[in-house]
Order: sequence, then C-alpha cells, then structure tokens
Amino acid sequence: MAKTIVEKIFSRICERDMSAGDVMMAPVDGAMIHDITGPLAIHKFHEMGGERVFDPSKVIMLFDHQVPADSISAAELQQFMRSFASEQGIFNYDLREGVCHQVVLEKGRAAPGEIIVGSDSHTCMYGAVGAFATGIGSTDMGFVLRYGALYFRVPESIRVDVSGTFPEWVGAKDFILSLAGDIGADGATYQALEFTGEAIRRMDMAGRMTCCNMAIEMGGKAGIVPPDKTTWAYVGERRDSVPFDLASDEGASYAAWKSYDVSDLEPQVAVPHNVDHVVAVGEVAGTPVDQVFIGSCTNGRFEDFRDVAGILGNRRFSDDVRVIIIPASREEYLKTLRAGYIERFVEAGALVEAPCCGPCMGGAFGLLAPGEVSLSTSNRNFRGRQGSAEAEVYLASAATAAATAIAGEITDPREVV
Amino acid sequence: MRIWVFGDDIDTDAIIPGRYLTIYDPKELAMHAFEGTRDAFRTDVREGDIIVAGRNFGCGSSREHAPLALRGAGVRLIVARSFARIFYRNAINTGILPVVCPDIGDIGEKSRIAVHPEAGYVEADGVQYRIEPVPAFLRKIVDAGGLVPYAREIEEVETCTGSRQ
Ligand code: SF4
Repeated sequence: MAKTIVEKIFSRICERDMSAGDVMMAPVDGAMIHDITGPLAIHKFHEMGGERVFDPSKVIMLFDHQVPADSISAAELQQFMRSFASEQGIFNYDLREGVCHQVVLEKGRAAPGEIIVGSDSHTCMYGAVGAFATGIGSTDMGFVLRYGALYFRVPESIRVDVSGTFPEWVGAKDFILSLAGDIGADGATYQALEFTGEAIRRMDMAGRMTCCNMAIEMGGKAGIVPPDKTTWAYVGERRDSVPFDLASDEGASYAAWKSYDVSDLEPQVAVPHNVDHVVAVGEVAGTPVDQVFIGSCTNGRFEDFRDVAGILGNRRFSDDVRVIIIPASREEYLKTLRAGYIERFVEAGALVEAPCCGPCMGGAFGLLAPGEVSLSTSNRNFRGRQGSAEAEVYLASAATAAATAIAGEITDPREVV
Repeated sequence: MRIWVFGDDIDTDAIIPGRYLTIYDPKELAMHAFEGTRDAFRTDVREGDIIVAGRNFGCGSSREHAPLALRGAGVRLIVARSFARIFYRNAINTGILPVVCPDIGDIGEKSRIAVHPEAGYVEADGVQYRIEPVPAFLRKIVDAGGLVPYAREIEEVETCTGSRQ
C-alpha cells in the first residue's frame, strides 16, 4: 500500500506495516527535556518506579527557558536536573548551547527517519530534517525516560505543496503564518503537516525549521519535510549518516491536500491574540510598538539576522523601541558575530543577549507592561504570553521585525530598503 | 457544582502563565490559574466544578502545569467541542477526564449539566449530546487511574504490536 513519509517512519522503526490510525507502543530514538518541563518528568520517572533511564545516550538535556537562572527556584530546578544527569550518565548541554530545538538539530541529535519526543510543544521542528518529532507532557516523558517508548497513533497527514519563488524580503515565516491563517489554529490537530514542492526544495534548512516549528500552532502533531540533498548535507556535517530514500509514495492517502504559490505572497503578520489571525503587513502598518524581539526557535538563526542586517544597513533602530535580539544558539550567535552583524546591531541600539528563549515565553526577562505592544519573531501571541495579559503581541518575520524596529511602528520591510 | 464556560482556542498560557512554571504543586499552581485572563476563576473555583469550552481547548505549550493547575483547583472534568492534542494526553495523565462533545449547544453558567462518560453522553438543560469515547489505548490508562499507576504495574513494554483504532 502506498504510504506517506510518516507512515514509512513508523513502519521502518517497527519493522512492520504501519498506517494512519494504527496504535502502538513505539521506541524513540531521542527524548529531549529542558529546565521547565524536565524536573516534573524526572519526578514522574521516579514515581513510576524508574531507577535508570532507558538509555542515557538518547536523553538530551539542556536549559534554555530561564537562563542564567532568573530566580532561586529556577536555580534549584536546574541544580536538581544537573544532579540527575550526572547520576544517570546523561550528557547535559546545561545553559551553554541555547534554545533546545535549535541545539537538538545542530548537534545532530535528530536525523531522517527517527522518532524523537521532547517535553516541549515545538519539538515538531525536527521534522525539518525528516524526523517524526512531537511534543509531549512531563508524565508521558517520565514514561519515556523509564521505558524508551510511548503510545503513538500514526497520524494522518495533510500534504502542503508549495510552488513559486518567494519575492524579496518574503520567506518561510510569511508562508507559515499565511498557512495558519488559512487552516486555523486547530486545522491540523492530530495530523502531520507534510511540506513539499519546489519552494520547499529550494528553501534552506533555517526556513524549513521555521515551517516545521509552527506546525503545532495549527494543532499539528508533527511537521515534516522529506529529506533531500539539503537535508543530508546538513545532517552529514553533524553526524555519520548514509543517505537513504525517504519520501511519500505516489498515491499515498492524505487527509487533505493543499497547494500554495508563494510568488505573490506579501509579508504576513499575526495580530493579537491568535496565531491564526493573520493579515498582510499593510493592514497593520503604522501601529506603534514599544518592543521588538528578534529571536526564538522560530526565527533566531543566522539567516534571520542576515535579513535584519540587510534591512538595517547603516541606520539606527528607533529610540522609541526596545530592540531585543537573541540568537537561538551559540553556533548561530558565533556565525552572526563573525559576519559582523552583532556589532552593527549593538551600534544601532539593540540589546543583544546570550542564546536562550528570552521574552518568547514570558518566563524570564523582557516582559511587557499593560498596554504595551510588541512585535516578535517567535511563534505565539497568546494573551499574556510575553508578560501582561493587557499587552499585545504581533508576530512576523525577522525582516518585518527589523523594518518595524527602525521605524518604531509596524512597517513593510519592502518599503524601507 | 459550578460550570465555568470558556470559548474557543483557550491556550495553556492563559491557563497558567509562563512566569509560574517553576511551581509544581497543583494547589499552588491553582492560585494562578487563568491569572490576568479570567481572574474570578482562581478565587471562586471549588472542588468538583466543571469547565465547558469550545474548540481546541488547551492549545499551545506542552506544559503539564496547565492541567495540574486545574486539577489543583478541583476540576476533574472538562467538556469541550475539541481539545488540543498534548493537553488531552496531559489531562488524562494528571487525573482530569477530558470529554469531547463536538455538538454541545450553548451552555451558560446557569445551565444544568450531567456528564455520563460510560453511557457516552452529556445532558445539558434537558438535551442529550453524544460524546466521543476515549481511544481504547488511553482507556487503559484512565482505568488504571493515570499513567503513573499504569506504569507502576508493568515491568517492561512490548513495542510495535499495533492495533487499529
Ligand atoms: S524559544 Fe520560545 S517557543 Fe522556542 S522553546 Fe523557547 S519558549 Fe518555546
């Protein structure tokens, strides 16, 4: 029977025929825990009678949400996780490397055809390398830490075919926001979003990560891009790997098949307070903002900062805006630094922080006061997500964020260059 | 018993804001449930209260703090037209029964509601609405009283023996 890539991954791992709707306890190739959801997962592991984790080499531990520890309770939780790591022989990236999802990919801890779980909803980002990856809660993670497996239901897939060439200053983030606007915040619940088509094949890894990252914003269980040359080159630089074919069969059955042409796509903005409330930037242009945040696992990569530098040129950011720039990882930070962009951002008036989640989740610093407005390159604009429930958060690409930071109001990036 | 009515797309940041995620105690989390978005909840909620919501309840983050906060507040039943996937599993794991009732009509806080998970329906203001059964593989976990007691009963897991649901 013709299979989707997701059905193939489950069939491959289980060495038997699996198709959408099948339920099984499947072994996982990796399990990621971080400082926020990790401690509870460890408690649950113990409550379940766990003594040794299933395989320390498959557990990925790091701290990114509240780093460096911003409270005594955060420090205690990190201390607790550190001692669990050393007692179990788990390698802990600690707070050195950056945002969990970026780190998992750049350290080669996810690869095509693998099943990876993470106790974080944006774990679906690893679909960018052709892995089946999904976010789970802490109790489920406790179970995974103990048994190395979890109940899965093989999901149906929605095929998203993307054709055309992106106009200048329009890219992956604009596309994925427009998709969320089209299918809605629950448009892919329990399903996998499979991204294909020439525009995806031409897209760099950074853009594919942005697309897969936001699958969860449509309720998706996973986002996935069938591995191609770009994927294998990325993975090959990071771990030993032998490329193999992994793509959906012709005639595989899909829950839905969507086709888009991005040739005329305009920069997109999600307006408060829903990720699927998406408009072309022109509709909200001129809205004054108090803060611009450029970073997160969605758009905190070198390619994003290259766009910011391209828009910025020799100008300054508006003095009326707090511009917070946070590379998603140490690797991305170094690339951006070596390209000279960090110096430019600091000269232009931005605050550049060390890799972490920063204001994205409203857990650490960079929170918003009541009535304040922020434009952010992250993935969620829920009420209260970045501080006060009376604040407003707009979501957009790094290019739109840069243009907005220069003008002090929401601005179409195509109008400032 | 009081009914708390919510709309569509209630996200986990609304249920428990990010700044409280260093807390794990359900009772303490409950003191911040819906802080800033529905402040009456944390002061007025009582043991046994029911939440009735629209589509996509619990969307967003994987934080188990969200169902824990509701459990700490005394909520054991949430009836919604649909749930976000991670929240659904987390709710079951934390001892809350998520009841999927796709066609439930307009429910007000004054409505009379009785939930009959075994019989497969919700009765609200005299009208019966069918509910979707908990998938069989999760039923075992519900019956065991949650994933922790379920896990304690097994020595090892058998992987890849599939069944169709
Ligand atoms: S950057 Fe934001 S979305 Fe990504 S893992 Fe951190 S808090 Fe979550």
